[in-house]
Amino acid sequence: MDEATRTIDMGSDERVRRRDGSAVLRMTEVEAAELARAPSDPVTGEQADERMILNMGPAHPSTHGVLRLLLEMEGETVLRSKPVIGYLHTGMEKTGENLTFLQGPTNVTRMDYASPLFSELVFSLATEQLLGIEVPARATWIRMLMCELNRAASHLLFQATNGMDLGAVSMMIYGWREREEVLRFFEKVTGLRMNHNYIRPGGVAADLPDGWQDDIRHLLDIIPPRLDEYAVLLNNQPIFRARLQGVGVLEPAEALALSATGPILRATGYDWDLRRDEPYLAYDQVDFDVVVGTCGDAFDRFAVRLEEIRQSLHIVEQILDLLPGGDFRTQDKKVTPPPRARIDESMEALIHHFKIFTEGFHVPEGEVYAAVESPRGELGCYLVSDGGPKPYRMHIRGPSFANLQTLPHLMHGRLVADAVAVISSVDPIMGEVDR
Amino acid sequence: MSENDVSSDEHVAAPVASTTMSGQTVLHPVRDAYMATVESLRDGGYCTATDLTVVDYLTHPGRTDLPEGVEPERFEVVVGLFNHTRRERVRLRIQVPAADPTVPSLFDLFPGTEAMEREAYDLFGVCFDGHPDHSRILLPEDWTDHPLRKDEGIGAIPVQFKAASERR
Repeated sequence: MDEATRTIDMGSDERVRRRDGSAVLRMTEVEAAELARAPSDPVTGEQADERMILNMGPAHPSTHGVLRLLLEMEGETVLRSKPVIGYLHTGMEKTGENLTFLQGPTNVTRMDYASPLFSELVFSLATEQLLGIEVPARATWIRMLMCELNRAASHLLFQATNGMDLGAVSMMIYGWREREEVLRFFEKVTGLRMNHNYIRPGGVAADLPDGWQDDIRHLLDIIPPRLDEYAVLLNNQPIFRARLQGVGVLEPAEALALSATGPILRATGYDWDLRRDEPYLAYDQVDFDVVVGTCGDAFDRFAVRLEEIRQSLHIVEQILDLLPGGDFRTQDKKVTPPPRARIDESMEALIHHFKIFTEGFHVPEGEVYAAVESPRGELGCYLVSDGGPKPYRMHIRGPSFANLQTLPHLMHGRLVADAVAVISSVDPIMGEVDR
Repeated sequence: MSENDVSSDEHVAAPVASTTMSGQTVLHPVRDAYMATVESLRDGGYCTATDLTVVDYLTHPGRTDLPEGVEPERFEVVVGLFNHTRRERVRLRIQVPAADPTVPSLFDLFPGTEAMEREAYDLFGVCFDGHPDHSRILLPEDWTDHPLRKDEGIGAIPVQFKAASERR
């Protein structure tokens, strides 16, 4: 930190201004390229400046996809940095304006590909608020069951990639193995391992299959003991601890100012979880703990996520007993197509079915913001409807997008090797960052 | 949406028109009162800016969810703030005319809006006065359009490949 803030005698005032010692590198690619060709002193031939701009990514294995970082380095020390994003930008918000509300979940589910059900959920909640419809209790509880399993799967993926980034390569295999067990259940319920399009406005796409309780009990039997194995493997492993403890420390006030949410905010010791503090679905009827850290370093972020898997499974265990009967989707005929059998005998039902899937249902004019606690933080959906069958504006507040802003602050003054641990501990999903 | 009243919230210094939409409080400050409103909300405990985005109302000019006295404009900057102690959200909708699409930046009050304002500029071309790094974030730096504007077609733009520079 001290090294970074000391003033450097560099000659040009412009360059001093640029390197003012703050954590965030704010310059364009062209400016960075200019700086990378650091001019040497014409008289002595020495480099006037020992700092350099290092490009990391977008194809670096530890950048979790296509995150690119511009790092201002002095030797091995990272001074300022800038996350460069947009490599996965496919204009999904624009696409969302051209799909009906019923087609919307197919689009948003591809944003955060590690926890697709949450995007579907937040889009459906926003649509339902605009429509003013109530979702049956069973649909709500199925949504909760699936989302908590998805949170566990997402955090298991984090455990795998975090271990891999830090050299605990066997952890990658284990995390992936347990995640696959959860995805197998998803495939049975939704037909797909990822990008399910399962949670839709009005309820869910299908009821849980026969024997789902046995599958859940199987998951509850095998995953918790394996979490204990993770703890044995990682928690007291000196290399793992040395690489995470005290690395990338964030204060609660900093996290709030930078709009960081989710495990990053909770790891700082700030007790905040939308599931408890702004209950949606039926989270006020289940018992779970909000996991918080103590010092906000990379190890806390790892430990918070590990414990959150247990809490998610604890919620799943309660849903097993509490899941109510009834419909899995609303019987509001405006939103839900008629049952298959009716289509065979009624022309009107056939037309109704056809209209819902071609034109879509019309949603009253208005605007609404819905938010859920995704594995990465507050996932929000801002929907504007002009009264037609397609959203006038569909904006997703991606938690990874906001969380990425903490990266320069976490890496500031640390070694470049710590950058890998820091990126991993922020756990950004680039599909959601770039949308 | 149902009630059009003038908010007398203790934390809002100037009277700001407010509405309620699906139980969510929406404030409609005029552009000049935007900063003062956000600042007083922040001092009143709204500790984090959760979201900032823009809506382009070009093809939907006759919207009915604005309170009386608020003149609809083409662009609308939408800011979401969250008060953690009172567990309350508030949403601000600021009308921004197409002729001068500029609003002050919230960076000094909420540093977390930095990336969101860059995104809003990138996709809508709304400028944020006082932003420390007013540049594109998702699209390439040499892109010329703002694709989420309603007068931008879909699939109409040929992909712009950049020539490889001679040396990095």
